[in-house]
Amino acid sequence: MLWEVDVRLKDAGGDHAARAVVEGAAALGVAACTRAVTVTGWLIEGPLSHADIERVAATLLTDPVTESFMVAEVGDAALARGPADLPTVLHVLPRTGVTDPAALSAHESLALLGLRPAAVRSVKKYWLPPLDHADAERLAWKLLASEAIHDVVIGPLVLTTLSGGRTWTFAQESIRLAGLDDAALVQLSRERCLALTAAELHAVRDHFLSLGRDPFEIELETIAQTWSEHCCHKTLGSPVDHIRPDGTTRYDNLLKETVFAATQTVRRQLGPRDWCVSVFRDNSGVVRFDGDNDICVKVETHNHPSAIEPYGGAATGLGGVIRDVLGTGLAAKPIANLDVFCVGSSELPADELPPGVIHPRRLLEGVVAGVRDYGNRMGIPTIAGGVFYDPGYTCNPLVFCGTVGVMPRNAADASVQRGDLIVVAGGRTGRDGIHGATFSSIELSSESETESGGAVQIGHAINEKTLCDFVLAAAEQRLFHAITDCGAGGLSSAVGEMGATLGADVDLDRVPLKYEGLSATEVWISEAQERMVLAVPPGNWEKIAAIAAAEGVEATAIGTFTGQGRLVLKWQGRIAGDLDCHFLHEGRPRQRLISRYSPPLREPSLWPADLPSLDRCLLDVLAAPDVASKEWIIRQYDHEVQGASVVKPLLGPGDGPADGTVVRGVLGRDRGIVLGVGLRHRIGGRDPYQMAAGGIVEAIANVVAAGADPERIALLDNFCWGDTRRETSLGTLVEACRACHDMAVFFAAPFVSGKDSLNNVFSYVDAAGTPHELSIPPTLLATALGQVDDVRRAMTPDLKTPGSRLAIIGLSRDDLAGSQVELVCGLTGGSVPQVDPATCRTAWSAVASAIRSRCIAACHDVSDGGVAAAVAEMAIGGGCGARLDLATLPAEVSATGAARDITLAFTETPGRFICEVPAAAIERFEALMDGLAWAWAGVVVAEPVLTIEGTAGTSNRMTVADLSRAWRRISSQHS
Amino acid sequence: MLSPRALILRAPGTNCDYETAHAFERAGAIARRMHVRALAEKPALADDFQILCIPGGFSYGDDIASGRIFALELKLRLGDALVKFRDKGGLMLGICNGFQVLLQTGLLLDGQATLAHNTSGRFVDRWVHLRAKPGKSIFLQGIDRCELPVAHAEGRFVARSSADMAALDAAGQLVLRYTPDASGASTNPNGAMGDVAGVCDETGRVLGLMPHPERFIDATQHPSWNGRLDPTAAGAGLTIFTNAVRAVA
Repeated sequence: MLWEVDVRLKDAGGDHAARAVVEGAAALGVAACTRAVTVTGWLIEGPLSHADIERVAATLLTDPVTESFMVAEVGDAALARGPADLPTVLHVLPRTGVTDPAALSAHESLALLGLRPAAVRSVKKYWLPPLDHADAERLAWKLLASEAIHDVVIGPLVLTTLSGGRTWTFAQESIRLAGLDDAALVQLSRERCLALTAAELHAVRDHFLSLGRDPFEIELETIAQTWSEHCCHKTLGSPVDHIRPDGTTRYDNLLKETVFAATQTVRRQLGPRDWCVSVFRDNSGVVRFDGDNDICVKVETHNHPSAIEPYGGAATGLGGVIRDVLGTGLAAKPIANLDVFCVGSSELPADELPPGVIHPRRLLEGVVAGVRDYGNRMGIPTIAGGVFYDPGYTCNPLVFCGTVGVMPRNAADASVQRGDLIVVAGGRTGRDGIHGATFSSIELSSESETESGGAVQIGHAINEKTLCDFVLAAAEQRLFHAITDCGAGGLSSAVGEMGATLGADVDLDRVPLKYEGLSATEVWISEAQERMVLAVPPGNWEKIAAIAAAEGVEATAIGTFTGQGRLVLKWQGRIAGDLDCHFLHEGRPRQRLISRYSPPLREPSLWPADLPSLDRCLLDVLAAPDVASKEWIIRQYDHEVQGASVVKPLLGPGDGPADGTVVRGVLGRDRGIVLGVGLRHRIGGRDPYQMAAGGIVEAIANVVAAGADPERIALLDNFCWGDTRRETSLGTLVEACRACHDMAVFFAAPFVSGKDSLNNVFSYVDAAGTPHELSIPPTLLATALGQVDDVRRAMTPDLKTPGSRLAIIGLSRDDLAGSQVELVCGLTGGSVPQVDPATCRTAWSAVASAIRSRCIAACHDVSDGGVAAAVAEMAIGGGCGARLDLATLPAEVSATGAARDITLAFTETPGRFICEVPAAAIERFEALMDGLAWAWAGVVVAEPVLTIEGTAGTSNRMTVADLSRAWRRISSQHS
Repeated sequence: MLSPRALILRAPGTNCDYETAHAFERAGAIARRMHVRALAEKPALADDFQILCIPGGFSYGDDIASGRIFALELKLRLGDALVKFRDKGGLMLGICNGFQVLLQTGLLLDGQATLAHNTSGRFVDRWVHLRAKPGKSIFLQGIDRCELPVAHAEGRFVARSSADMAALDAAGQLVLRYTPDASGASTNPNGAMGDVAGVCDETGRVLGLMPHPERFIDATQHPSWNGRLDPTAAGAGLTIFTNAVRAVA
C-alpha cells in the first residue's frame, strides 16, 4: 500500500514557500503564476491501514494549531484536487537513492508509534494557476528543483512503489589494459571517469603485466581514487621547471620546496619554542593552544559539486571539513566554522549566462542555505567568512568551508596497529557521490549537470551530529588507535590511507547499505556522507559498540588491518581485489612539468576625465558587493552556539563588520582563538605573487587587529586555479607558492595545512557554434589562525568614545590596480599594491603592543575601500561620527588634484591600520609608535556624521545613516 | 548542604547541552547531560534531580518540524515520569528547541499555542530586547528588562485562537515578551503574536522561551561588550539559572 499524506497551512498568508514561488516566477517571466499554495507531502509505503496513517498524520506530521492534513492512497483523485483557481499541480521529490533527510527521520520515528513501513519519501507539492507545460517545466527546473537530485512530476503523481534495487550478485570484471595504445588508454580513462593520464595508465598496465593479469575494475578504481588530484596533490607535488625571463628555477616537488619548506624553516628557527604539533600529515593542522589543549584547523573546497547542486554541495562541503577535524589525531571537537564563497555577479542578465550554469544569485542563496542548514544543525558556530564577486567565478564558483577543533594535548598522534579492526561508523552507504574524487579533478562543462549527477551528495546533518557525539565519547575513553573520515574516494581512500603501510583485509559485503544493489566496487568508492573509519583494538570493540548504540549510531567492523602490506577486498569470502600497498601509494609516475611566467610591468593608473566626487565614491565603494555588509548571510548562521563567541562577525550598536573573530578555546577559560581570512581575487590575474602575498597579509592583519599575538599565527593555503596543464597557468601557481613561502618565513607564520582545487575551467559551445573556455582568476584563500591570551583584551573596530583621536599606522601609496575604487571610478592600467613585509611586521607588532598596553579602544585593518571605507565601517559599528583629514596621512602618492584625494582615501596599500586612541592614552600611544610611519588623522565625534577633509581645503560630509544604508543595500535586497 | 542537581536532557541533534550545563554550574548547580535513551530505559534516574532542562538544538534534525519527534518520544516513553517530576516540585526549563519540545508534550500548555515558522521564512541569529512579567514564574523572578540572543527558524508564537491568547494573558502565563530597543524599533524577530518570547505553565515551575539565556552569562558574550561593558561582569541570562538553583536549594 502506498499512502500520501498532504500537510497544508491553515493560514495561507504564512506560506513563505508560496510567496517565494510567485516572486521567483515573476523574475523568470512566468507572469501567469500570480498565486501559489504549497503542500508538504509524505509518501509512506507498507502494510498500514487508513487509521494507522491518520494517526501518523495527526500525531507526527501535523501541527494541530497551524496545519491541516489529508490522507489518501497515491492515485486517489482527491489528491489531485487543489484550490479551485489553482488547477496545475507540480510535484518535486528526491530521486531514488538521493538522501532524503526528512523522510529518514520520519521513517525512524514511526517506530515510536509501533509502525514499521517499508519506505518513506518526502514530496513537495505546488498548486499553481493554469500554466502551459513549458512554463511549468521552466518553473520546476529553474526555481523549484535541481536536476542533479530531484524528479519532477507535473500533474497527478503516478507511482506504485518506492522501493528499488535488487541484491547484487558477485561478479568480477577485468579491465583489459594490455596492448592498448595511449589514445585507447586516455579514452578508457575518460569513459570510466578515472581522471588518469596515459603515463599513469602505463604504470598500471605494466604493474599488472608483471603479475600476469589485467586489473579488476575495483582495483583500477582504487588506483584512480588514490592517484586523483583531489587525494594526492598531483600537480603541486610534481617536479617543475619554472621559467622566467630572469632565469629558471628547478623544483623536485613544488609544494615541499615552497609551502612545506617554509614551515620547516620557521619551526627550525623557533627551536624549543616551536608551537606546531602536527602539520601537513593529518586531516587538519594541529598547533599548541594552552597547557591542556591543542587546536587544529582545516579549510576545504567543494567547488565542483556546489556548481551543480549549490545546496547539497555546500552542505556536504562543510560536513566533510567538520569530519576532517573530527578525524584528526585521536579526534578533535569542532568549535568554529568559516565559509568563503567566490561567485559571479548577482546582477548578471539571464541571457548572458552560459548553458548549464546556475545563475550566481540562485547559486549564492543555495550555498548559503546549505551551510546554514548543515552548520546550524551541527551546533558549530559559523563565525568567519566572506563573499567575493568576480565575473570569472560565474561558471566555476568557489566554495570554501573551514573548521577549527580543540583536542587534549598528546592526542595529535595516532597510529594504526596491526590487528586493529576496521570499523565504519555513521551513515549507510548508497550510490551517492560515486566518482567525486575524480570528478573534482576534471573540468566542468555545460554537460556536467547531466553527466556527473551521481557525484553530487546531499547531507543528512543529524547523522553527522550523532556520529560526532559518538566519536568524541569514544575518544574520551581512548578506545581507538586512529580515525579518519570517509571523504573523496569513500572507503577506498579512508581504509587505503589508514592501511597504507600495514595493509588491510576488507569484507565489503558487511558494509551497511541504504538499499540493495550496490556492487562491491560501488560500496568501496561511494562517497556517501557522514561516515568515518576507526581503527579499533579488538579488545575495545564491545565498548565502542555500546557507545554507538547509546548514541544511536551504526558502527560495523568490516575488516582488519593485517600487517601484510596488501589491500585485500572481499565479497562473501571471495576475493574481489588484491593490491600491493606499495604500488598503490608509491607507484604513481611523476612527470616533470614546465611552467612559464613573466612579471607584469609597473605602470601608472589612467584616470577618467570626469572623476566622481569623494563622497559619491565612498557611497559606491561601501555598496560594492565585496565590501557591502554580509548581514543577510551572517544572521542565517548560528554564530553563537556553544556560547564561546567573543568577537562576533557583526558588532557594536550599529552592527558593523569585524576584522578577525574570536572564540574561547574552552568554555569558562579566557584564552581565545582568532580567525581571519584574506583573498585578493581582483589582482590574481595581474600579479599572482602579490595576490597571494596580499591575501596572507590581509588574513594576518585581520587577526592582529582583533588582538591576536603576531608571534603565534598559523596559516592555511587553499589554491584554486584554472587549467594548470597550461604552462602559463602553472607559472602563476608557482609564483603564488613562492609568495606563500616568502611570507611565511618572513613573518614566522607557518602553514599548517592546505588544499588545492585545480582545473576550475568551464567549456561550452554557444548558440553560434563557437567553443568557449572560461577560467577562474588565480585565487589563493589565506586563512590565519591566531591566539589571544585573554579574550577580555580582544579588540574590535567599532568606534567607542567621542573625543578620542584617530591614528593611522602605515604609508599610503599610489597603486590602485585591483582596488574597489578602480571599479567604482572606472580607472584603467595602474599597478597592484606591493606588500612590503618589513613594514607589515612592524605595524603588527605596534598594534599588538598598543592593544596589550590598553592604549587603543578600537582598531581596524585598512583593506578593501581604503582608509575612507575603514573609517566609515568603524563609524557604522559604533553609531557615532568621525572626522578624517587626508592631508595628514603619511603617504608617497604622486597623483595630484582630485585624483590625489581619491587615492589617499581609497588606496589599498597593505600594512595599514586605523586606531581609536582615548584622550588619556595619547602620550603612551605616541611613545609606542616611535620610529613608525604613522600620524594623527582625525577624531571621533558624537554627531553621527563622517567628515573627510580633502588636501585642497574641500570638505566631504556624509551622515553615518547614509553610509550605513549604502553599505547595507545588498543585504536588504536579500531579505 | 548539597548543591541542587540539574538534568540536561539531550536527544540526537541537541547541540546546546554543554553550554547549558555550564550555565547551571556557574549558577551553583551540579549539571549532568543525559541522553533521552538512557532516561527512557531508567526513568527513575530523574529522581536524583530537582531541575530538568531541555536545551536548544535540532532534535532529530527538526526534520518534520522543530522538536516534533523528541516531543512525541517524551510523551510516549517518559510521559508519566515527567508529569511526576513536575508535580512533586521539580523545575523544568525549555530553551529554544527545548521550548518547542515542551510545548508539544503538553507539559507547558494544553494545546492553546504553537511555535510556527518565522514570518521571514528563515533562520535568524540576532539579539533582542525582552520585558519580563514574572508573576509566579520561578525562573524570571526579579527580571524586568534584559537583552538575550535568539537563533531559530521556528519561533513564532501563535495561539490557537484570540480567546486562548486572552486566557493565557489573564492567567499570567505570557511571562516574557520582545520589546522595542532604545531607538523604539521592534525587536520581535519572528512575528510572534503579542510579541511573546516565553511562557510558563500554570504552576510557574515550567518555563519555555525562545531566547538563549545560556548565551549571555558573561558580559563578553554581548555583541557590544568591547569598550562598553565590564568584561568580568555576568550577563543577564545568568539570573534565570541562579533563580532556579536558589529556588530548589
